[in-house]
Amino acid sequence: MEFIELKDVYKVYKNGVTGLAGVNLQIKKGDFVFIIGSTASGKSTLIKTLYREEKVTKGSVYVGGVNVSRLKNNKTYKLRRKIGIVFQDYKLLPKLTAYENVAYPLESYGMSASEIRPMVLAALKQVGLKDKTRSFPHQLSGGEQQRVCIARAIVNKPKLLLCDEPTGNLDPETSKEIMDVISDINKELGTTVVMATHDKDIVNRMKKRVVVVSNGLIEGDYLKGSYKVNESN
Amino acid sequence: MKVIRIIGRSITNAGKSIARNFSLSMASITCTIITLILVSLGVLVSYNVNTITKDIEKELTIVVFMKKETTKDELDKTKEALSKIDNVADVKYTSKEDIKNGMISEYPSFEKMMESWTDVNNPFQDSYVVSVKDVRDINETVTTIKNLDNVDIVKYSESMVGELISIFDAVKTGTICLVIGLVLVTAFLINNTIKITIFSRRNEIDIMRLVGTSNTVIKLPFLFEGLFIGVLGSIIPILVTIFGYTYIYNALSSLGTSNILSIIKLASPGAIVYKTSLFIFIIGAVVGMFGSVKAVRKYLTV
Repeated sequence: MEFIELKDVYKVYKNGVTGLAGVNLQIKKGDFVFIIGSTASGKSTLIKTLYREEKVTKGSVYVGGVNVSRLKNNKTYKLRRKIGIVFQDYKLLPKLTAYENVAYPLESYGMSASEIRPMVLAALKQVGLKDKTRSFPHQLSGGEQQRVCIARAIVNKPKLLLCDEPTGNLDPETSKEIMDVISDINKELGTTVVMATHDKDIVNRMKKRVVVVSNGLIEGDYLKGSYKVNESN
Repeated sequence: MKVIRIIGRSITNAGKSIARNFSLSMASITCTIITLILVSLGVLVSYNVNTITKDIEKELTIVVFMKKETTKDELDKTKEALSKIDNVADVKYTSKEDIKNGMISEYPSFEKMMESWTDVNNPFQDSYVVSVKDVRDINETVTTIKNLDNVDIVKYSESMVGELISIFDAVKTGTICLVIGLVLVTAFLINNTIKITIFSRRNEIDIMRLVGTSNTVIKLPFLFEGLFIGVLGSIIPILVTIFGYTYIYNALSSLGTSNILSIIKLASPGAIVYKTSLFIFIIGAVVGMFGSVKAVRKYLTV
């Protein structure tokens, strides 16, 4: 079995809208995969089913051998501890410093301060923010805030990094820097990366596997560098 | 160790949350104080009414006057029959000679007149003083007694006692309902505070969920917050219970018999104020946690 496997996955929301309409997908450990598609195509829904924010209506979702679709509500935290999530809106706590934001999940797992400190510093170093540990989110630029979010996502050394439009709020130059950080994490730590994005430039430049989602279905699956987004896409 | 750390952090976060949402927490604590004072008042009133009712019940007796011609044997038989009645707790015999002597010792001026009375011409009647187990069944008991042989007259203060007891019963039921109602109001108030707290911290809760914090760890600070609000809200009511009740008790005890309020005989403080205080503390803590658990369950869709 592959590291990530979706078998005939359907997601129909309570209001009747179909998010996914029979998705089959396999992703190997250590891969870097872009999920692209227009607005409301189902790419965010697909990402959300991987960390069990959305429960599938039909089919099964396996992450690291765990059947996520059958996971009970009170057990989802176990899955999420093995997954790092990067959000478009960063989701940082405004009253906590960069260090405290990154340390936050580890504290809630009950780890001691002496265990937390080296892990947080290593994560902040990985994203190039070792000098900003005491800064509050409002004192950081958008790119820096996203780096803090990435550091928080990787602090527990997850096997999978899920990114939902991580560069959506950033300018092209900062987006490039963020993509470099995520790419380094993929290469250096061997973390599997699945990223939903709109950003055509990034997809073109990175030359990674691309899965195109449209109307809740996988429209195309292109191996490394074989996909080229043009203006018509 | 891990569990202790998590509990420690939850307690710290609960304290921080109370401080951060100070005005909201204060509003909830104030409401809790008011309701718990009323709960305490209800408990004390109920306790005193109960004590007074018991005292009245203890003092309430039936006097059974025997017919004049009743012989010694018949008197013994009547005593036996009285003792066999279910609701009878105690039977005490008073002979007409005892009554005569009692009157002489109380009013010496009667001595001359009563001295000449013999067993034959003594106008008093032999009697039994009967105390009952349950005052509520006194009417049936009296009817049974009236039907016994050689019983002449049966006397007891039926109307006054019956009315008084039914009033006290109503007061007792009313205060118990009031206490239950107030406890529910306290739970509702704390529940509302936690709801608002959860709403204001939904972003934080969302992040906690997404980074893999377990449901228990997310809920714990809110449970402690409810507990703290309840406990903080019970401190002033406890002080009011202990010092307020003792003050009122002392004030009433020192009143002269000429004062109308002196007829109110409160149960002495001591055990009752401490028991009520403990009850108030437990109610505060439990209701605080209960209100919080309810809010967390409903609003923390993890």
